[in-house]
Amino acid sequence: MRASYRFAMVGVAALALLGAGCSSGSSGSSSGTKWATATSASAGGGMNALVTAAKKEGTLNVIALPPTWANYGTIIKTFTQKYGIKVNSANPDGTSQQEVNAIKQENGTAAAPDVVDVGQAVALANTSLFTPYKVSTWSSIPAAQKEATGLWYEDYGGYMAIGYSSKFGTITSLNQLLGPKFKGAVALNGDPTSANAGLNGVMLANLLAGGTPSDISKGVAWFHKLKQAGNFNPVSATGATIKAGTTQVVFNWDYLNLPSYVGVSNWKVFVPPGVPLGGYYTQAINKNAPHPAAARLWEEFLYSQAASGGQNLWLQGGARPVEQLAMANNGSLDKSAASKLPPVSGTPVFLSQKQATDAATYLSANWQKAIS
Amino acid sequence: MTVAATTEAGARPRRPGRRPPAPAWVGTVPFFAYVGVFLLLPTGIVVYDAFKNPNGGFSLAGIQALGGSEIRGFFVGSLELCLVSSLTGAICGAILAYAVASGNPDGVVRRLYLAVSGVLAQFGGVTLAFAFLVTIGPVGLLTHASWYLDFPWGIAVIYAYFQIPLMVLVFMPAMDGLKVQWREASENLGASAWQYWRHVGGPLLAPAFLGSALLLFANALSAFATIEAWENQIAYIVPQQISTVLNSEVGLANINEADALALGMIIMVAIVMAGYAVLQRRAARWLR
Repeated sequence: MRASYRFAMVGVAALALLGAGCSSGSSGSSSGTKWATATSASAGGGMNALVTAAKKEGTLNVIALPPTWANYGTIIKTFTQKYGIKVNSANPDGTSQQEVNAIKQENGTAAAPDVVDVGQAVALANTSLFTPYKVSTWSSIPAAQKEATGLWYEDYGGYMAIGYSSKFGTITSLNQLLGPKFKGAVALNGDPTSANAGLNGVMLANLLAGGTPSDISKGVAWFHKLKQAGNFNPVSATGATIKAGTTQVVFNWDYLNLPSYVGVSNWKVFVPPGVPLGGYYTQAINKNAPHPAAARLWEEFLYSQAASGGQNLWLQGGARPVEQLAMANNGSLDKSAASKLPPVSGTPVFLSQKQATDAATYLSANWQKAIS
Repeated sequence: MTVAATTEAGARPRRPGRRPPAPAWVGTVPFFAYVGVFLLLPTGIVVYDAFKNPNGGFSLAGIQALGGSEIRGFFVGSLELCLVSSLTGAICGAILAYAVASGNPDGVVRRLYLAVSGVLAQFGGVTLAFAFLVTIGPVGLLTHASWYLDFPWGIAVIYAYFQIPLMVLVFMPAMDGLKVQWREASENLGASAWQYWRHVGGPLLAPAFLGSALLLFANALSAFATIEAWENQIAYIVPQQISTVLNSEVGLANINEADALALGMIIMVAIVMAGYAVLQRRAARWLR
């Protein structure tokens, strides 16, 4: 696979060289190269110049953005309406790793992703694929949630929550789920050795069962008990499986677990008090983006604090935008959307990179044994 | 050769505009090009990349990982599932094929069976998993069966849905080849039903049966979508683990480990094929 891509890349690179040689005099290529290295809108000549260059490119490639995830359907539609730029959305249900695989495998082609929205572990492991860029609202992003030079910056996040069908009454504790009425009901969002949301689901059980963020073993042991009780459901939960009634209790990010997202009227959500387990996704621009100006304009749009900018649109999708605090302070936050978020109490826990890696390593050795 | 010899002997100057006949091997070029590009080249790349580390250097780490107890578990899982599902599929399918073959060769039952088998043999993947899920899954229409989650038997029952029809299709020609006169002849000579099958029918069908069972084995080995839709959160078999190490977003992604796993599957098929060749030679001894 990879070797064949390498040959393809050599070919494409040769063509690109030829193309560059032919069009070296045109203004189009010079403005393109300028935006490909611009680290902010002002460094590239200002917002208006960015909009003009992006419109000229006319297209933006995004990947692994499900339309029903954190309001991405509306976000993409609004971006297209506002700037007249066509958005190619590839592999909407892909994983973060598939996003960076696509950057590598499609490198140099017009189909390569311009921007990615990936989990923290994948972002940190692949910084060499990204190019630094600071959006105009850079100072509103908390320092701990961005790379200092702008290689990556967190975008939106939420807390792990247990969503469930109201036919079970009210869930107030983890161990209730071990009871007989939850036969075959309890599901995760993906294999925890593969999916970030799945790993955090096990981590939530771990924290509630008395474990620490550095040691996920109690969470695995709890799922082992769940499996022995016959309550574990091995189907990966999505909005569709919840609608179909296949997965009736789901560990997932709150913004994927809200009744408004799920679209099921009798759906409740429980964010366990005391140990809110948070997680943010991360934006980054492909350093060889085929549409460098459109990629930067997309980031500007996502981090815009305007009423119909990306930050408020994420909030309307139930996700917590990274600039939420700054926006609450400067009054640009959509207050009615913010009031609909499930309440969270206690000091939030965010896994460090080492904690997440340790958890993944432990899971890869023990998850299958615990659950089969 | 002879063609070339005659033209040499004739030594006639070639008439312009008339090309010499193409050598015989030219006809095989499309086939070998196809096999080369879609079978040999990918296999070569998998083998090559299995011996590298993610930075591109030479490494035995991927191969060594194959010996680890967790990875071995996936291979044992694959082997169990393939054996169980190919043997049950082959035996049930062979009996069914016999029943159909002994009926009216132009009858409606036979045509119906073959048509349905042709459709069901392709009925796999997510569609099949979903059909079971809505029927007997956690909130199934009929009931909530819990056995369907058991590995490997529950999965083998689901695989039987496409394995048995496939067996009927590929085994039918061998069954049709069984002439009724042979049976009559052995009965005239006083053979019991058991003796007929032991000394006549069985040996005749054995090579075809083994070949069909091997096909079912390979079919089960590469099946991925059905079990993945079914048991997405636990990996039991090698293809699922390959998916995990290709797509893991929690830091376990390692493309070279995926290559090593794929190499392991190739070796597994090679061993099964070698075993098949030995069995086949013994089974077909009477033919020589």
